[in-house]
Amino acid sequence: MIPTPFTYKRAGSAAEALELVAEYGDDAKFLAGGHSLLPLMKLRLAAPEVIIDLSGLRDLSYVTDQGTYVAVGALTRHHDVEHSDVLARDVPLLAHAAGQVGDPQIRHRGTIGGSIAHADPASDLPAVLLALDATLVAQGSGGTREIPIGEFFQGLFETSLEPDELLTEIRVPKPASAGAWSFQKFSQRAIDWAIVGCAVQGGNVALVNMGGTPLRAAGVEAALADGAAPSDAAAHAAEGTSAADDIRATRAYREHLARVLVSRALTEASSRA
Amino acid sequence: MKVDLTVNGKDISADVEDRMLLVHFLRDVADLTATNVGCDTTSCGACTVLLDGESVKSCTVLAAQASGHEITTVEGLATNGEMHPVQRAFHQEHGLQCGFCTPGMVMAIVSLLKENPDPSEQQVRQGLEGNLCRCTGYHNIVRAALAAADEGKVSA
Amino acid sequence: MSILGTRVIRTEDPRLLTAGAVYVDDLRVPELDGAARVTFVRSPVAHARITGIDASAALSEPGVVAVLTVQDMTDLAPPPPDSGEPVGGEGPAPLGGPWSEPLLAADTVRFVGEPVAVVITDGRYQGEDAADLVTVDYDPLPAVVGPEAALTSESLLFPAAGSNIPLTSPVSADDAPFDACEVVVEQAIVNQRLACMPLEGRATAATFENGKLTVWHSSQNAQLCRLILCGALGMAPDQIRVIVPDVGGGFGAKVGIDRDGLVVAWAARKTGRALRWNETRSENLVGMTQGRAQLHHIKIGGNRDGKILAYRIDVIQDSGAYSRMGGFLPMLTCLMAPGVYDIPAVQAGYRVVVTNATPISAYRGAGRPEAAATIERAVDLFAAEIGMDPAEVRRRNFVAPDKFPFQTKTGALYDSGQYEEALDKVLAGAGYQELRKEQERRRASGDVRQLGIGISSYVEITAADGAAGETAKLEVADDGTATVYTGSSPHGQGHHTAWAMLVQEELGIPMDKVTVVHGDTDLIPVGVGTYASRSLQLGGSAVHKAAVEVKDEARRQAADILEAAEADVVLDTISGLWQVRGDPEASLTWAQVAGHTSGGLVADVSFAADLPTFPFGAHVSVVEVDTETGKVTLLRHVTVDDAGPVLNPVLAEGQRHGGIAQGAAQALLEEVLYDADGNPLTSTLADYAAITAAELPSYELLASETPTTVNPLGVKGIGEAGTIGSTPAIQNAVIDAVAHLGIRHIDMPTTPQRVWTAINEAQKAGNQ
Repeated sequence: MIPTPFTYKRAGSAAEALELVAEYGDDAKFLAGGHSLLPLMKLRLAAPEVIIDLSGLRDLSYVTDQGTYVAVGALTRHHDVEHSDVLARDVPLLAHAAGQVGDPQIRHRGTIGGSIAHADPASDLPAVLLALDATLVAQGSGGTREIPIGEFFQGLFETSLEPDELLTEIRVPKPASAGAWSFQKFSQRAIDWAIVGCAVQGGNVALVNMGGTPLRAAGVEAALADGAAPSDAAAHAAEGTSAADDIRATRAYREHLARVLVSRALTEASSRA
Repeated sequence: MKVDLTVNGKDISADVEDRMLLVHFLRDVADLTATNVGCDTTSCGACTVLLDGESVKSCTVLAAQASGHEITTVEGLATNGEMHPVQRAFHQEHGLQCGFCTPGMVMAIVSLLKENPDPSEQQVRQGLEGNLCRCTGYHNIVRAALAAADEGKVSA
Repeated sequence: MSILGTRVIRTEDPRLLTAGAVYVDDLRVPELDGAARVTFVRSPVAHARITGIDASAALSEPGVVAVLTVQDMTDLAPPPPDSGEPVGGEGPAPLGGPWSEPLLAADTVRFVGEPVAVVITDGRYQGEDAADLVTVDYDPLPAVVGPEAALTSESLLFPAAGSNIPLTSPVSADDAPFDACEVVVEQAIVNQRLACMPLEGRATAATFENGKLTVWHSSQNAQLCRLILCGALGMAPDQIRVIVPDVGGGFGAKVGIDRDGLVVAWAARKTGRALRWNETRSENLVGMTQGRAQLHHIKIGGNRDGKILAYRIDVIQDSGAYSRMGGFLPMLTCLMAPGVYDIPAVQAGYRVVVTNATPISAYRGAGRPEAAATIERAVDLFAAEIGMDPAEVRRRNFVAPDKFPFQTKTGALYDSGQYEEALDKVLAGAGYQELRKEQERRRASGDVRQLGIGISSYVEITAADGAAGETAKLEVADDGTATVYTGSSPHGQGHHTAWAMLVQEELGIPMDKVTVVHGDTDLIPVGVGTYASRSLQLGGSAVHKAAVEVKDEARRQAADILEAAEADVVLDTISGLWQVRGDPEASLTWAQVAGHTSGGLVADVSFAADLPTFPFGAHVSVVEVDTETGKVTLLRHVTVDDAGPVLNPVLAEGQRHGGIAQGAAQALLEEVLYDADGNPLTSTLADYAAITAAELPSYELLASETPTTVNPLGVKGIGEAGTIGSTPAIQNAVIDAVAHLGIRHIDMPTTPQRVWTAINEAQKAGNQ
């Protein structure tokens, strides 16, 4: 299957990308690695008239140590996030989780920014960055702004990015105890999206695929803050979630999995710390 | 639009539809038909080729995105008529039956071994999670990958 | 030394590995230069009346050559008048009469994916755009989803037929054999609908020039394609040439040519354009025939000493919207119902029903995996009920080795078997007793990850249509090379290697001087094909027979040249030289012998077997079940698969590996799903959970070779054995892992959700 016809534009810089999106408006879509958008276009579930290819923005592919945080360029590929020495040392949760996205071929193309901006609640990295309290940097015609990740995901495939804004950087604060992490991805097959996933960093707990957006497991975090043991805290994992029923899992089963995975993640994180 | 690709070391320029997928560029424009299309959802890996030396699924890359880049397909793997160690290992270990997944499997393994020259069986299996085969049950594909890795160790 | 039985790597591979195979879509033959593309317009609804088709918008698109519907099929003969009776039955033939399947939907669509129209365009991409612009108006009808809904006949797919049940072979209701049993267990068992999913989907190209139709088709048998084309298009065999190029897997779904391919051939004749069609995966997962789709109700009874006395299986075969194989699949299921067991009373029967789903046809095993899966589950259910080790129950009920040939209660005549030996061998290979100890340890400690050990013992029928035989023509040319024209049509099995080995063995002509030709009806007008695990035993036996005939003729010729008595002329199959006994100086090459003849050395033969063969074996599967999540991990799979003497272990093992994986896929992951309205939920590979390398271990294969007497090679079929044996072993292992929680049965696929649900319900029941 092939996409409906569109006009392809390759941007050479962030400024040029913003000019192009200003010119074409709602008809245009940014294309980073293309591994979220192109599959939808091939199934004709998305039909943008203009594609603005960001792959020329090579200066947005980087991982740098910024002292208190690690800066990750939005166009850094999953493969490069997975193999970053800086992240392996300071934010191993993110490096590990990037290695769980899709398959090797997908990780050679897909980017961290594309994954975040696509805002699929079944994706791994949105929840991971939520657990890491990341800050997102967006560039628009009026300049740049910082968006706390907790305010970024607005709904299914919806973010607080304006149509004429480009996500340029993800700032990941270095956790106090970098080793206290765990990522539990539960799927039927290795290649599948998570039926449910759980990312833990210290006392932060985030869930994959338990609602229309990635979620922080607030009930679990509150219980942990009150000194609850991991297995007791995990009992709160499904609170405030709104998981879907689909061919892989019912909502009740997802809620059960959330409790199991949170318990395992907390146990693993504390054993690593 | 005009695209310029280097495919198996050869420069190919063509005027194509903006929406043309890389796999169709390879098959219909470059006339290299070994790379197959097995699905619509980036799932099966039959269309795997190397883009600048790394495995990608050419059904999920636009020809336009690949413009200016180097592509290697299974047709470009042998040197001077001598099969690449991964091709040779597939032959020795009976890593193929109908042959449809084979070009993509071979290219995925070439990329995998480049990144990890000495993988465990489990690493090979995980590394092939995005490549489907319906004939071999994967047993001999995995053996071929491990045999090619061993050969690499000997020759290194 | 004989080459047979040795590990010979394939001659096919260098081409496939360096240039790639040439599948239909890869053909770059001059006849197809400038061929137009065919794109199907398919029904998006499960059951509806078509009230209108408007192609005007599509026709005004650039590059659109034509849009064709059933209205354009004026050149085809109308279907034969309704006799009021189903046509077909126990042969693998489609039903006719009121149950007939059209080529393009006429007034009603009966499954999502049914072909309604074809769009013909100059280019590949234009076709998809234009097909989107063909407007079809549908007036929805209630959908019949699943076999049980079909039985109620509240909504009828074929109102003229008066029911949704085209064929019935009722099961006995005699309860007497069960009344005499100490223990009786009943169970409903689902053998779910599967996608055959060869990596290459369906593909057809066709030209019509000077009154001759040439069809390139991805098929398991060219000659059957031609026969079907002749019937559908009203043409004589000599007006049609079918060419089967390389084929990217078949697994039963590419036997012959189905309606989509026929439409492409018809459209080429209609428009006079060379045409190409290759389906997308999304089309393939709704349009290609699917497999299994049976619901069984079983009853098994016996005594506490482990002896099984009675078995009943009632099969409901969901045939999908059109019964393309009649009652063939459930007939085979019933034939093989008692498996490897000598059970005094066996009752088997079936009903075929139509539903608003993709038609069902053969899929690796075709009716036999369903039989094996259910009898092997039944034996485990019985073993659990009487508290006996399932291996021991099997031992107490096997058909004994001295009873062969063995006539079963269901009408099969098993040729040879060593069922207990196979089981003992696989149990020893797996380390069964150690595994049971490890299982006991984990159960005692309440380990989250429980170990399951599953056993299956199986027998299956191969070359069930052995009487239809297979053809081979062997020519030795005056340059000493040999060419085999085979009616058997490979798609991954390695016929080129195997047939060349047979020629080298018999004639001493080295393999690299043997060419194998297949899949072209102009070159090989008569042939049967590759399915039902029949190739080696029939096609291979035909090659062997042809080689023997060529050798006999060559001996006469050599005797003539050497002026020796025929009895003194011998062939040295190592050197490939004809010699006179006791005179090493006098020798002739094959080139010299062939050059001596006027018409060359040729044998054109067919080989038919009077009886089918019955391969057998035993599998042990070891799984780990995460009892908190329900997730199953397949740790080990050990098998004995006995299909007689092995021609080439490389090829035979490859068949077993692939079969095991497809069985594992059914046991663990794969299932075609529909929603309540008959919409498919698994129509892409993102949704259909095809098994990958990451879900499978390496397999442990053990050798066993029990010959048959029904063919000169002594061989049976190996193509489907792996699937038939592995499916129940893995399902049994999953259930065994959680049996101590009170669980007796979990239907396939044993997905995490399903296993967790079973555990959860067992725990609730235990708490009450």
